[in-house]
Amino acid sequence: MYNYLSGGFLAYLNRDLLLGIRNKSDLIKPLIFFLLVSALVPLAIAPEADRLAQLAPGIIWIFAVLATLLSVERLFSDDLQDGSLEQMLISPNLLILPILGKITAHWLMIGLPLALLSPVIGVWLSLPSVAFVPMMLSLAIGTAVLSLIGAVGAALTLPRQGGVLLALLVMPLYMPVLIFGSATIQSAVDGLTWTAPLAILAAFLAIAIALCPLAINVSLRLAKNG
Amino acid sequence: MNLNLQWTWFHRLGSPRWFYQKTQRWLPWLCLIMLSLLVVGLVWGLAFAPPDAKQGNSFRIIYLHVPASVVALAGYYLMAISGAVGLIWRIKLSYMLMRSAAPIGAALTFIALVTGAIWGKPTWGAYWVWDARITSMLILLFLYLGVMALRHAYSSNEAADKASAILGLVGMVNVPIIYKSVDWWQTLHQPATIKFTGAPSMHPDMFMPLVVMIVGFYTFYAVTLILFTRIEILRREYRASWVKQLVENNSAEK
Amino acid sequence: MASTNILKIEKLAFERNDALLFEPVSLELNPGEALHIEGENGAGKTTFFQILINLLEPSGGSIHFRGQKFGDCRYEYLSDVLFIGHQSAVKGDLSVEENLRWMSPADTSSEEITSALRSVGLEHHANMPCFRLSAGQQRRVALARLMTTSASLWYLDEPFAALDKQGVEFIEDRMQSHLDQGGAIVFSSHQDLVKTTTRSYRLNPCRELV
Repeated sequence: MYNYLSGGFLAYLNRDLLLGIRNKSDLIKPLIFFLLVSALVPLAIAPEADRLAQLAPGIIWIFAVLATLLSVERLFSDDLQDGSLEQMLISPNLLILPILGKITAHWLMIGLPLALLSPVIGVWLSLPSVAFVPMMLSLAIGTAVLSLIGAVGAALTLPRQGGVLLALLVMPLYMPVLIFGSATIQSAVDGLTWTAPLAILAAFLAIAIALCPLAINVSLRLAKNG
Repeated sequence: MNLNLQWTWFHRLGSPRWFYQKTQRWLPWLCLIMLSLLVVGLVWGLAFAPPDAKQGNSFRIIYLHVPASVVALAGYYLMAISGAVGLIWRIKLSYMLMRSAAPIGAALTFIALVTGAIWGKPTWGAYWVWDARITSMLILLFLYLGVMALRHAYSSNEAADKASAILGLVGMVNVPIIYKSVDWWQTLHQPATIKFTGAPSMHPDMFMPLVVMIVGFYTFYAVTLILFTRIEILRREYRASWVKQLVENNSAEK
Repeated sequence: MASTNILKIEKLAFERNDALLFEPVSLELNPGEALHIEGENGAGKTTFFQILINLLEPSGGSIHFRGQKFGDCRYEYLSDVLFIGHQSAVKGDLSVEENLRWMSPADTSSEEITSALRSVGLEHHANMPCFRLSAGQQRRVALARLMTTSASLWYLDEPFAALDKQGVEFIEDRMQSHLDQGGAIVFSSHQDLVKTTTRSYRLNPCRELV
């Protein structure tokens, strides 16, 4: 196992994955949530395939956003409580890499499983099968952006531990991802080029990788001051 | 030498006391300009500008709606930039400006949304339409509320200032992205009413009062921002000797 | 002039909500010295440690490490510092051994880990997840770092909290041997050390206004 002094990307990635695997229930909760709320949709609206298929791209993305939001709250708060955040912050190395490591672990444990699970919901909501691959790709890329932006919110709200405040901070910033994510699926359903909105999602990811860790770096230090 | 002079100027500008005393002198003039612009613009726009060919008189609400939206958006940038200045140069005054700018901006955004809804009823037949610009304004309102709410997560002013500044900056990067995304998402509605780069798509008789109103709203913004900041200065510097002196002088006058 | 002190603090001050938390601190620390930070509750001891390790930025004053200004030797300074705070930084879901390995230098051998665990009396719990341990035992996991660290400057905020008598004695022994090897320690505690000679510095809450 790696240690905190090496301060690297892989050290924190490995540790957070290990912690996630040891604590499986936390890992599975967002996925269960994703499946459960999706199962409510046909009950609340109508079990008609056409109407469900029409709503599917948006619904899948809204639930993906909520599932990420639920889980991102604890990204730094556990570390703050047990004191390992302090130890991370006083490492002599750059903080950017540990931060990215933690976020990557979060994405591997939440975003990627959501993307892999999404065909189930696609089938439930009668999404045309042509849209399955675009859906999984858009979710895989989009949830990575959501994890990065969500981490900024989680870092900023550390002294008061997320909740509604986190949602208020992060949701407006999630809008572009939501728009282009569901547009990717919708374009595929309509037989348009779905790679264009997907490419824009990827561009968001590039911007977020470059900027979010910087904002998180400064925010995490404030938590102690709060 | 020159550089030195500039820096002393810079730091004097950063001093809350200097700001408080200077604005005391500026305020009456600013208020005068603001009042005359708003009165002229409103009377001109509401009474003298010709009615719109399609919308009749209902279009006249743009003399409130457009300036409020323009200033609300510009206000977000002002807020974010003063936060950044605070982060970089550690100037307390610019944090105070940032804090004061948030509620004013939120209020203007709210006005823009309400006037937009009132305008929407006769124009589109509904109070709320998911038009690109209305949606963007709604998101802007949430961004403002976020900056205002985040402050209460921190017990120390210094941390709250820095956190709000970071959130403001993150928002500033996002605002153009949000605008473009929402625009792309919804291009059903009229193109932007004023294009500063090209010729106005409005008739000059309608357009000129709008310009007056926009400038008027900017001065209104400046006046409220100064007033809010002055209160913030007193609230934070109440221990400083010059504030104590000020209070004593004021009570002596009464 | 070659400076012998390992740490030199001049007029270190910290403002919270525009008020100074404690009277500005000036002190020097030489190799082989232990400094006991005293002060009533709320005097700012924890804040003081957080400034020392750069978690908080001081509002004024300076920190010199081995004669260099903090800003010029951030990496060297932080690499040579060991900080154990109120919170033990022990992860409940990791085993005792995993926790210690995470918190020890990269080149620590497994023999060193085992012997460190033996010396804090946890060798039989090496594979137990830490959430099953008592508070005192978790504290021992954190303090086992003192055995594996290579840092020469130790900052210990309340190291004896939750420890039993035997644990306190062990920590004191370890602190003494660190001092004998030319290390330096800054610590806070509500009890005096029995075996080690220490200097003390009192943090006074500040009543003066900025």
